[in-house]
Amino acid sequence: MIVELGHFSLLLALLLSMLLAVYSIWGAQTGNITLMETAKPLAFGVFLFTAVSYGCLTYAFVTNDFSLIYVASNSNSQLPIHYRVTAVWGGHEGSFLLWLLMSSVWTTAVAVFSRGIPLPMVSRVLSVLGMIAIGFYLYVLIASNPFERLLPFYPVDGRDLNPLLQDFGMIIHPPLLYMGYVGFSVAFAFAVAALISGQLDSTWARWSRPWTIAAWSFLTVGIALGSWWAYNELGWGGWWFWDPVENASFMPWLAGTALMHSLAVTEKRKLFKAWTVLLAITAFSLSLLGTFLVRSGVIVSVHSFASDPQRGLFILGLLVLVVGASLLLFALRAPELRSSGRYQLMSREVMLVGNNILLSAATLVVLLGTLLPLIHKELGLGSISVGQPFFNQMFTYLIIPFVFLMGVGPLSRWKKQSPATLKNQLLAAFFVAISCALLISFSFDQIAYIAVLGATLSIWILVSTIQEIKQRLGNNISVVKLADLTRSHWGMVLGHVGFAIALMGIALTSNYSEQKDVRMAPNEKVELAGYEFEFLGVTSANGPNYSASLGRLNVYKQGELQVNLTAEKRFYPVQRTVMTEAGIDAGITRDLYVAIGEQFSNGDWALRLYVKPFVRWIWAGAFLMAFGGILSIADKRYRIAKHSSTAVRQKEAQAVGVTQ
Amino acid sequence: MNSRRKQRLTIVSSVIFLVGGAIGLMLYALNQNIDLFLVPSEVINGKDGVLPQAGQRLRVGGMVVPGSVQRHEDSLDVTFDLTDTGPIVSVSYQGILPDLFREGQGIIITGVLEGANQVRAEEVLAKHDEEYMPAEMAEKIKGIKHVKPDNASY
Repeated sequence: MIVELGHFSLLLALLLSMLLAVYSIWGAQTGNITLMETAKPLAFGVFLFTAVSYGCLTYAFVTNDFSLIYVASNSNSQLPIHYRVTAVWGGHEGSFLLWLLMSSVWTTAVAVFSRGIPLPMVSRVLSVLGMIAIGFYLYVLIASNPFERLLPFYPVDGRDLNPLLQDFGMIIHPPLLYMGYVGFSVAFAFAVAALISGQLDSTWARWSRPWTIAAWSFLTVGIALGSWWAYNELGWGGWWFWDPVENASFMPWLAGTALMHSLAVTEKRKLFKAWTVLLAITAFSLSLLGTFLVRSGVIVSVHSFASDPQRGLFILGLLVLVVGASLLLFALRAPELRSSGRYQLMSREVMLVGNNILLSAATLVVLLGTLLPLIHKELGLGSISVGQPFFNQMFTYLIIPFVFLMGVGPLSRWKKQSPATLKNQLLAAFFVAISCALLISFSFDQIAYIAVLGATLSIWILVSTIQEIKQRLGNNISVVKLADLTRSHWGMVLGHVGFAIALMGIALTSNYSEQKDVRMAPNEKVELAGYEFEFLGVTSANGPNYSASLGRLNVYKQGELQVNLTAEKRFYPVQRTVMTEAGIDAGITRDLYVAIGEQFSNGDWALRLYVKPFVRWIWAGAFLMAFGGILSIADKRYRIAKHSSTAVRQKEAQAVGVTQ
Repeated sequence: MNSRRKQRLTIVSSVIFLVGGAIGLMLYALNQNIDLFLVPSEVINGKDGVLPQAGQRLRVGGMVVPGSVQRHEDSLDVTFDLTDTGPIVSVSYQGILPDLFREGQGIIITGVLEGANQVRAEEVLAKHDEEYMPAEMAEKIKGIKHVKPDNASY
């Protein structure tokens, strides 16, 4: 009964989003205020019914209703309750329901937090969001319905959640990633609404900016958590594999980063309008493309869900429709997207163009590397795969000019910057960077050139960021003055510092990690990177829905006991799957990482040992970047518009009161 | 040509030069890093009449021949055979095999061809899903394009 209720409210949500798509834009085009004002309640309605529907599916999971195909394939009565709640998005159908929920959350958020924006604009934005929603609601209802029943014969117990997904990282990773993906639909909707209205001055950029930054922050955290999860769960000590699914989330991130910077120029200098609109369309299209790639089964990946070509075709159709319609609209309006304003070759504008070109090139590299095997196969040329070295090599080339601009850009002025004044700052930054990088490399045993390069780039960003703050404050620096800097400025600073920290982590961990696959008997010792790993043996234990072998190790450094590590190998009987849980000692400067392999006939065990320096910095940097994003959104200037408009309304109300 | 046009020409030509260079570099890098996917019979008999050369990087997908897994006495060296429809490729590997590695199971290895039917593997992949078979393998071994889980079978 509850399940049918969920199904029915999903239908209602579809109907309401149809009304939302039609009514509000109709109102906006004809200037009908009553119609425009239906947009907000309709948005709330869509959210309400989607939430009810989602709640019903969660209820089915919690109460082990295995008459639902979806619950039966992704849950089990032995599964702990918190995993049953998160198993809702453990498979294809449910993760799309989560997508819908996120989309309705964003739509409602736009409806609530847009009091400073004129009504026709809000209506158009909500209408575009409604149109996108129609596509996805139809998709869920027609092609991937989680509420389908297996009646009259249903299984006694479910097939269990994929053990890979039974992890804390997996509980929060998909919702955050989806928040990011779907969030770009808001940036897209603002751009399309501006195109529809023909009001193409830079105001839409100001309205769109906080939403874009919010979506980007979610995506950043989502990707970082995904990487952290892979590190913990896959037992290979890797944090990024250039797997097609990772690439699918990385492409919107790159495009979104470009969009964020381009929006800044459009807002502040009324330039690059056409480019910004195009980027907004691109970022969302790449989110859709990512969804298509992951869900259609056209690519082989560690994330591969059970795939179905019909579903892929549906999403592909949706993608073509969204991209086609928005590009057509863009082509029609492009002549009106004139940018006025002058700037010279040495100016912040040009630096940001450079940043955008490099980010677009990076997006293209990832796109090419991800799609080429697909195209190759469809052309009948056989199966190929593009190796990780390709991506690593291309990103090494791209990041050098990118980071150079990242240092120079914030130091430069808008319009015109004289190279002479920059020269001293840049030379100082360069020498500090290279000497610190060499020092860092000397502290490791050998010097790897790529690591020196990465560390130099990272410190270059740090030094130039400090210089930039100094430049802002003038000669006498005090804490009071630091507090005067706007929040969005601090946001930029944190974003860049976060990137520098992540870059440092990537450079050091990729070049100075040490790894050993060993065969060990109990009480045997192995030395790796100055640490001595003593294998204590394996004991067995039982979890709620698995049995585990626990391998224990003591790690010594110079004879002193550092830590006791426990690595697990779990066997999940329902799916007959073996899973590795690595034993990790996390540290600021290094991680000790142990995974156990199989047991040999003479009682020895295979063990994989790693010492990974600075690996935490990668995720710390990503979180710092996202925190910077949140700070930017909290900036006063995005609230001034709101306050002033409420002030105006209050005044109007008072005026009305006086005349009465 | 006046100076403004000259300036434009330099800008445009340098942009074209840069873009061309970048694309060239990218394609070169891509060409270096493409791994062919073959099944054992293609490794032995060649694919479209082209035999893979010794020293070439490739990915081989096949089934582990039951009873062929040989472990070295006191190291992590292991050898096993892969097959699809007859021809057998023997694989040597040093390291820890993935959790789902089993005899009779479909796996994919990435490595270098050392002899006519000898591959030195650098990576061994087995999928974390009982029913899963990589699309490439399903197509080649069983002749089916997509594997849809049969929901009603339990």
